[in-house]
Amino acid sequence: MSAGVLFDAPGPKARRRNRIYAVAGTAAILALIAFVVLRLQGKGQFAGYMWDLFQYAGIQQRIEDGLVATLKAFALAAVGSLVLGALLAAGRLSDHRAVRWVATAVVEFFRALPLLILIFVLYASVFAPFWALVLGLTLYNGCVQAEVFRAGVNAVPRGQTEAAYALGMRKSQVMATVLIPQAVRSMLPTIISQLVVTLKDTSLGFIITYEELLYAGRLVASNTVTRGGYPYVPVVIVIGTVYIAMCLALSALAQWIERRGRRSRKGVVPVPAEADAVVAQAE
Amino acid sequence: MNVLLDNFALFRHGFIGTVVLTAVSAVLSLVLGTLVAACRVSPVPPLRIFGTVWVTLLRNTPLTLLFMIAVFVAPQILFPGISYFTLAVSALGCYTSAFVCEALRSGVNSVPLGQAEAARSLGMTFSQTLRLIVLPQATRTVIPPIGSLMIALTKNSAIAGSFNVAELFAQQKRLSEIGYNILEIFVWIALAYLVITFAISALFRLLEHRLAVAR
Amino acid sequence: MKFRAAAAAATAVLALTSVATGCSSKSGTPDANPATGANGSPAPKTPQYAVKSGVTLDSATLKRAQSRGKLIVGAKADQPFLGFEDPSAGTRTGFDIEIAKMLGADLGFPADKIEFKTVDSANRETAVSKGEVDFYVGTYTINDQRKKQISFAGPYYLAGQDLLVAKDNSSITGPDSLKSKKVCSITGSTPLNRISDKKYGASVVALGKYSDCVKQLEDGQVDAVTTDDAILKGYAAQMPERLKVVGKPFSQEPYGVGLAKDDKALRGALDDALKNHEDNGDWKKAYDATLGLSGTPAQTPPPIERY
Repeated sequence: MSAGVLFDAPGPKARRRNRIYAVAGTAAILALIAFVVLRLQGKGQFAGYMWDLFQYAGIQQRIEDGLVATLKAFALAAVGSLVLGALLAAGRLSDHRAVRWVATAVVEFFRALPLLILIFVLYASVFAPFWALVLGLTLYNGCVQAEVFRAGVNAVPRGQTEAAYALGMRKSQVMATVLIPQAVRSMLPTIISQLVVTLKDTSLGFIITYEELLYAGRLVASNTVTRGGYPYVPVVIVIGTVYIAMCLALSALAQWIERRGRRSRKGVVPVPAEADAVVAQAE
Repeated sequence: MNVLLDNFALFRHGFIGTVVLTAVSAVLSLVLGTLVAACRVSPVPPLRIFGTVWVTLLRNTPLTLLFMIAVFVAPQILFPGISYFTLAVSALGCYTSAFVCEALRSGVNSVPLGQAEAARSLGMTFSQTLRLIVLPQATRTVIPPIGSLMIALTKNSAIAGSFNVAELFAQQKRLSEIGYNILEIFVWIALAYLVITFAISALFRLLEHRLAVAR
Repeated sequence: MKFRAAAAAATAVLALTSVATGCSSKSGTPDANPATGANGSPAPKTPQYAVKSGVTLDSATLKRAQSRGKLIVGAKADQPFLGFEDPSAGTRTGFDIEIAKMLGADLGFPADKIEFKTVDSANRETAVSKGEVDFYVGTYTINDQRKKQISFAGPYYLAGQDLLVAKDNSSITGPDSLKSKKVCSITGSTPLNRISDKKYGASVVALGKYSDCVKQLEDGQVDAVTTDDAILKGYAAQMPERLKVVGKPFSQEPYGVGLAKDDKALRGALDDALKNHEDNGDWKKAYDATLGLSGTPAQTPPPIERY
């Protein structure tokens, strides 16, 4: 149901009322933005000297290094979590009870644990910051991806499995040629949403001094003193923009894939899986 | 020496801290999320744009960065002296509200079209349609995803531990600095989180049963 | 839809390229670290340390460093005049950094073979005991609790806990005037635990970095920052028109060099190196070129505790 169904095409009276709401709403929002901008302006946060630091080659290099470190951790964790997710999903769908139990226990345990604590413990017990971060992200997101894969496989209509068995296929064949291709296609948007989460969560690396983007930003902000004090506000704005741009690019990829999937009608019609995507993203 | 028994007061303090922080942020996120969701489906374009921008910005920013904004930027915009608990609650609440909004919106989308059409043909206004017909039905479908969101919120609340809120993660750090074995502490902290998250899923399963209707 | 995706992609590309290429970038450093003394005279230069050659020791840590070809030293990154990293040049400056260079020189590593690694206070014991760093020089107070996990060489400096407040604050005069004031320090640090004592009645704020605390002080979120005077003087010297140190130390914080527990050979070598540079005047020169810039004259280095 699209939003348009919730209300009638407005008549003259409703149009007038909506215009009043629109003006009031716009005014309220603009007032809020103006308040924030003016307050920051009043504290001198938009003065040239607060933003000057971004013109220095060394600081640009620093932020770029942070960005590369973030992407490096993300790339490894993304691949790792997809592989682990596939393995655990296979485990949970196994015919052997023991395998199923182990996989379920692993998935439930790591999903119930805050990622921050997992990363901290990995770091404090054995691993170097980079590996603690990558391993933590892999374990946690792998378990979430496992549930996504499993939901995808379960969402393929039963008839498909039954037909495949009736043709004399073995279980591995049914999985590999019938269920998984359809599951992946229908769950792709959710899988990519979870990858966006993985990307965002690389920022937890700052707590164990892994020098990623947020860490670089914090260092730049705390070690530069301008006439107006520490440039936390400019740095937060710049770093935030970079994160949002990266996540939006990844989400745009998800939307593009979803549209492509919808165009081809060969397999299961990919369900938008919006509710799942939403939930996965928050984790 | 036993970490749990020696430092029971610390653990209890952290446990209560996490529970309270989660509960207050949950209320804020549900209220904000509902308001923003209403904005996103409303007939007034500026409100729709506001809703979309809110959700897009908050969903794509790392929570850690939001915490930095709350702790280092917000006091400059508002006034100095805001308590760290309040700042943590606003960061967590705003972040989660974006997801709550999207969950509610997809819940609204799951209510059959005819329902809203019938409501409109009875002459109901937008707010009546939403309040009396659509949201009560949407609530049932969104209970499970909201439950998962609240569990995610519990886990995300750990970040507040690095910003002067006494919750479980802060106590874990403190104990590990005192010199206890990190793995020993970890077992108890993990158990505490498991207790909270299982309690939340049980609560939401109960809600689901209560609200279930034969269709 | 299409437009939104394109716009997002364009934004991303723009942001990335502007960060990567940086239109018309300046070299050098924004006015981060004043290079002049308190009275405006040009800063004294940090000394050069004679590098020893052919050092052999029965120390697993040193052997590991020698086979690696470089020494990895843990340090702080956000303490002006002590352990400070210039974010644009990537160089480290400060008294602790100089101490690390002296020690490195006596172990056979010239300054360019020393790699500094930032380790926050909360992770120090972990980093040292795991061998993530060969040793740690960063405002590290020697105490018995820490001695259970790691060993200490030194002390090489005697600091004391003090308070940093806004320049115009006259109500905070010492630890006894902190009743119901907000005081910030680092999670798990010695000063934090001390100021948490009920007798002071302060409301304690624990954050991850001292610069976070100083930022909160500037914003009026807290009334004071407390930690060792050496650290606070660095900040006061960085922003002399806004911040001041109260100047009534209420503890003794002997700074030591943290190293792997029971590496007796390395500990002995580091103690010898400290003594050597204290006697030949390097220690004082290093102080004058760093912490001395805050206007406080050098103390007599505390006696080294060999245990």
